[in-house]
Amino acid sequence: MSQWTLFEVFVRSKHGLNHKHVGSVHAADDQMAIENARDLYTRRNEGVSIWVVPSSAITATATDEKEPLFDPSDDKVYRHASFYELPDEVGHM
Amino acid sequence: MYAQMVETGLKQVKSLDEMGAEERAFQQKIDAEIKIEAKNWMPDAYRKTLIRQISQHAHSEVVGMLPEGNWVTRAPTFKRKLQLMAKIQDEAGHGLYLYSAMETLGADRDEEIDKLHTGKAKYSSIFNYPTLNWADMGAVGWLVDGAAIVNQVVLQRTSYGPYSRAMIRICKEESFHQRQGYEILLHMMRHGNEAQKEMVQDAINRLWWPSLMMFGPSDADSPNSAQSMAWKIKRHTNDELRQRFIDQTVPQLELLGCTAPDPDLKWNEERGHYDFGEINWQEFYDVLKGYGPCNRERVEARRNAIEDGAWVREAAVAHANKKKQRSAA
Repeated sequence: MSQWTLFEVFVRSKHGLNHKHVGSVHAADDQMAIENARDLYTRRNEGVSIWVVPSSAITATATDEKEPLFDPSDDKVYRHASFYELPDEVGHM
Repeated sequence: MYAQMVETGLKQVKSLDEMGAEERAFQQKIDAEIKIEAKNWMPDAYRKTLIRQISQHAHSEVVGMLPEGNWVTRAPTFKRKLQLMAKIQDEAGHGLYLYSAMETLGADRDEEIDKLHTGKAKYSSIFNYPTLNWADMGAVGWLVDGAAIVNQVVLQRTSYGPYSRAMIRICKEESFHQRQGYEILLHMMRHGNEAQKEMVQDAINRLWWPSLMMFGPSDADSPNSAQSMAWKIKRHTNDELRQRFIDQTVPQLELLGCTAPDPDLKWNEERGHYDFGEINWQEFYDVLKGYGPCNRERVEARRNAIEDGAWVREAAVAHANKKKQRSAA
């Protein structure tokens, strides 16, 4: 089965929610990937929509890039609503 | 346990001081309960041990379909047949989740399956016992899946991310298995005739000890445990998990109105646990080495399934290639 393409599977669990990565399947083509994903990941009403993507088509951040990529957002507290102190009279904002 | 006696290839657990910088950072992450992900640096022995453990676990799920497959055509009612097929389909799914987790470590699925077929990879000893009567389907669900759950619940916190996530998914589905098994037995005990009740006791008599063996050798004979626990790919010792399983199972056994084939099984007020008799370890090692009642039959069934299905896989590839050519033209 390893000679078949590896697909990553994304399932939308309810209308209105994002598709979420749930795992992977092997398949000979796209259609079979959908069918295999249906059988493997939605046996109990887990989804209303499935995406399959060949794993080779995914570009990901590398683990050694974690610090240069994500650290810069660490010190930008002013991007969060809680940074701004307002008097109680303002009420909920 | 679905993985028994997984070799780590290491004799001694290193202290943090004895480790190089990379390994120390790795171990500190594990100590801090941070999951290791596929692309992270990991010691070679950790990778190899995990491949052995996860593949053994996956093989167990897949071979585990066979004793139940024996009863699909013999289930007493249509309802029981549907339930059994749903359970077997889950086992196939669990095998696939686990093979996927194993592949993230760089292992090749076909190569690992080939190791199963050539006897180089193991699977749980429990699946080498035959399922002789309908009550065995109940006892397998209740005892075998029950023992597997005790092990798998703690493995949800295992240090390797993809393995942990597969375990979380599996545990969600596994409680249906145990409940349907227990319900089969309870139904036979409450509504069955004498012969059917005897069938239940017979199934328990045969599967009780092999279920206890699923947790692997006693801690004193478990040389790989210390390293696996330090890596947190194992979270409790074999004896701890076996005790936990017995403690939770005996009240269920009493509710059935059945007994265990162990004259030494009794509540120990002082320990707050059940005491139990000595396991026949010779039998355990024999079954693991390939000399159980069904070892040869199980591996042969798996080998035939792969070989007989080869033309289907080839046809699927040919069909995919033809479609690709047509859409390109």
